[in-house]
Amino acid sequence: MSKGRGDKAAEIRRLMATEGPAIEENTKGFNRKRQAAVADLENYEELRTRAREIKEDAIERLPELIEQLRESVEANGGTLYLADDAADANQYIREVADDEDAERVVKSKSMTTEELDVNDALEDDGVDVVETDLGEWVVQLADETPSHLIAPAIHRSQESIADLFETIFDPDDPPETADELTSFARERLGERIRDADVGMTGANFVAADSGTMAIVTSEGNARKCAVTPDTHVAVTGVEKIVPSTDDLSPFLELLARSGTGQDLTAYVSLLTPPVDSPTLDFDDDETPLSERDSDRDFHLVLIDNGRMAMREDEQLRETLYCIRCGQCSNSCANFQHVGGHAFGGETYSGGIGTGWEAGIEGLDTAAEFNDFCTGCSRCVNGCPTKIDIPWINTVVRDRINRGEEPEGTDFLVEGLTPDAESSGLDLDKRLFGNFETLAKLGSATAPVSNWLADTAPARWALERVAGVDARRDLPEFQRETLVDWFERRASTVSDPTREVVLYPDVYTNHVQVERGKAAVRTLEALGVDVRVPSVPSSGRAPLSQGMIATAEEHAHDVYGALAEHVDAGRDVVVIEPSDLAMFDREYERFLPAASAERLQERSYEVMEYVYGLLENGADADPLRSGDSHDVAYHAHCQQRTLGLEAHTVTVLEDLGYDVATSDVECCGMAGSFGYKDTYYELSMDVGEDLAEQFSTPETRDRTVVASGTSCLEQLDALLARPSRHPVELIAPP
Amino acid sequence: MATTTTNPLSTFEDALDELGVALTRTTTDEFAATLDGVVRAPAVGTPLPFDVAYPDSVAVDPTPAALERAATGVTPASFGVANYGSVFLPSTADGAEPVSLYPELHVPVIRAGDVLPDLPEALDRFGETARADAASAIVGTGPSATADMGELVLGAHGPEAVHVVMLDE
Repeated sequence: MSKGRGDKAAEIRRLMATEGPAIEENTKGFNRKRQAAVADLENYEELRTRAREIKEDAIERLPELIEQLRESVEANGGTLYLADDAADANQYIREVADDEDAERVVKSKSMTTEELDVNDALEDDGVDVVETDLGEWVVQLADETPSHLIAPAIHRSQESIADLFETIFDPDDPPETADELTSFARERLGERIRDADVGMTGANFVAADSGTMAIVTSEGNARKCAVTPDTHVAVTGVEKIVPSTDDLSPFLELLARSGTGQDLTAYVSLLTPPVDSPTLDFDDDETPLSERDSDRDFHLVLIDNGRMAMREDEQLRETLYCIRCGQCSNSCANFQHVGGHAFGGETYSGGIGTGWEAGIEGLDTAAEFNDFCTGCSRCVNGCPTKIDIPWINTVVRDRINRGEEPEGTDFLVEGLTPDAESSGLDLDKRLFGNFETLAKLGSATAPVSNWLADTAPARWALERVAGVDARRDLPEFQRETLVDWFERRASTVSDPTREVVLYPDVYTNHVQVERGKAAVRTLEALGVDVRVPSVPSSGRAPLSQGMIATAEEHAHDVYGALAEHVDAGRDVVVIEPSDLAMFDREYERFLPAASAERLQERSYEVMEYVYGLLENGADADPLRSGDSHDVAYHAHCQQRTLGLEAHTVTVLEDLGYDVATSDVECCGMAGSFGYKDTYYELSMDVGEDLAEQFSTPETRDRTVVASGTSCLEQLDALLARPSRHPVELIAPP
Repeated sequence: MATTTTNPLSTFEDALDELGVALTRTTTDEFAATLDGVVRAPAVGTPLPFDVAYPDSVAVDPTPAALERAATGVTPASFGVANYGSVFLPSTADGAEPVSLYPELHVPVIRAGDVLPDLPEALDRFGETARADAASAIVGTGPSATADMGELVLGAHGPEAVHVVMLDE
């Protein structure tokens, strides 16, 4: 931590107030359009699979493809330069500019050139560098950095751009509307492009077999930059190489849809430079275009800058499959509220930004913003190349934890934190990562533990030492756990149709015991024999703190505790969606494939299981029916990623409840995130979106139900009326 | 959207309509008269590889200065992509790329028989020419656009309007 927690909280507060509103409106708009666009695309999953395969193959064969590309580019009459790092690339580009006696370089949008800081390098040589993408130009004029991978000025409103132009240019008739601002920019930039000596572009994809690059744009400035000056320098990362032009179509069909929800952008330049187009001198009114020469120079500058090392890194390698669409930013609740100036590093932002910054700049840079990824997984299903973005964030967090020197007062909690982590781990992460141990102690000593924890001195100490925000209510531990309660009762089922193990997750077992009891009553009412054995916690808590080794230990223990039940033909029913998501997604990384698959196949979310029982003919009569009872339901983020929201809605509707659902990506609590004093205000700001949806005239009188522990805690903090798990609605008394 | 089971031409028409791109269908004989009614003066064009004549209102093979003054640029499209309403605009030595880019109205001319059902097929054909002849092309889908100034504006750096003229044979 280079900044104190208080400084960081203040910076987040400032960005939420200044840049938050524009970012929220724009990212949510992109996100909605993306959802609609991919829903219309019938071969969407096929395209994602194909895109993934192409990237896996290309990165695997990268050294060979670089050589093939070099041959193609040279055969076409261009030059390929492979730059080891930013300094190397900048040196080469400066030499090209110098050879051309360039006074001005015009650029189209390229995040890779942002990574290099090539503008500064050229400006040091006295070259005028002009960004011609309108958003990028705004950022250049304002001396800011891009706040989003594809929409660099997404943090600025129309008014703030108008103010900026007025301040800088002091025009007689200041432009105000979007039309006027665009014309104003086009005119000024048109003049700059007309007289430029070198045009610099990025490239979204480069085909090794022909040397063709695809540049995906909407404005037309990349086209102008590439063909108006006689010299074209294209700068791109080595990972952009694909084997063939035949491989381009899945990416082109996915890129715009994933980013902004357009089917295709206005222009995809498929350039195989140097191009045949005649050189342009707009003062020439004598020579027809067909008689002008097409004497052009072309330089493809391929950037390594850490990428070849990422390729060798089993965990970071996947980052290289990223096609920079920005989907993981747009679908991220935290990003929607703070943008890339908080949730971003030197160049790259959003969830995948962690992978890029860790690989290119190093862990220190990634550590500055990695905590904004809460692992909610809402970006996972929309990633066009199926990158497990939350996992990359977890891996980087784990490395940050291990790489840093210990700080704080570890001895205070050493006994409470029996984890497998190194001593460098931050105290707050260690505390939240070992929540199971705390919960056991909390229940054993309840209600005294609750009284003590809630006293002012205790809250003060928790905030000072472990960063637990004093404005949050702490979980109230129950003296009698679900497992204890269950042991003391007799089953009500005599002739069971099925047998299940109800997984006693830490929260259900120690805090929200009532939802556990409701689940038992519901399942038994449907003729199922239920067992509630003592099973270790899933590892979700340590995983979310980046404590991978500890999470893996949990995975082995949980599997050990459940395997015999699974072998005995029992299904595993899980109440807490984040724990089911562990079984379903992360255990693949910790357990032998066959074990992970076996557990995965037999595990169900509780309402999903009820849905299955009812579909298979179970009698719903014993359940509490809705009688048109109005309900407002918020599904858990990870539950929605697993495609399990609809089951709860269907069960409730079939039982006669009238259900309105939220459509926010996440409640903002995200496990421990909302407890941390650095992030408390952001968490509440994100939560406000959900609170608003449940406070409209249509929803404000509805009974609130939510599936996740975090969501329930957050809703309790946000709304005056109580909330509960849907199984508590339908459970018989 | 993804696959075209119906006639590619009607799919192409629908897609252009959705993009706000005008479409005028004509024959080789009627081409000059049709184009004359479509262009905004002053208009320039590059030679067309089809058996058609340009109207007098279009200056063929302009100088760079004439291109800069032009309000319309007419260029050939080598093929269309039905489901996206896209046109493949080849970059040629007679300047099809700048002529399709600089004027405020772009008029791509395409033969009806060159409208292909989908992007993979169009890229297959393009790929052959890229590998064999180092060909370049622009896949153009609607007019130039930006949302960087707060809302969607057409005509950012490129043409604000596109009007496709299709030759029925």
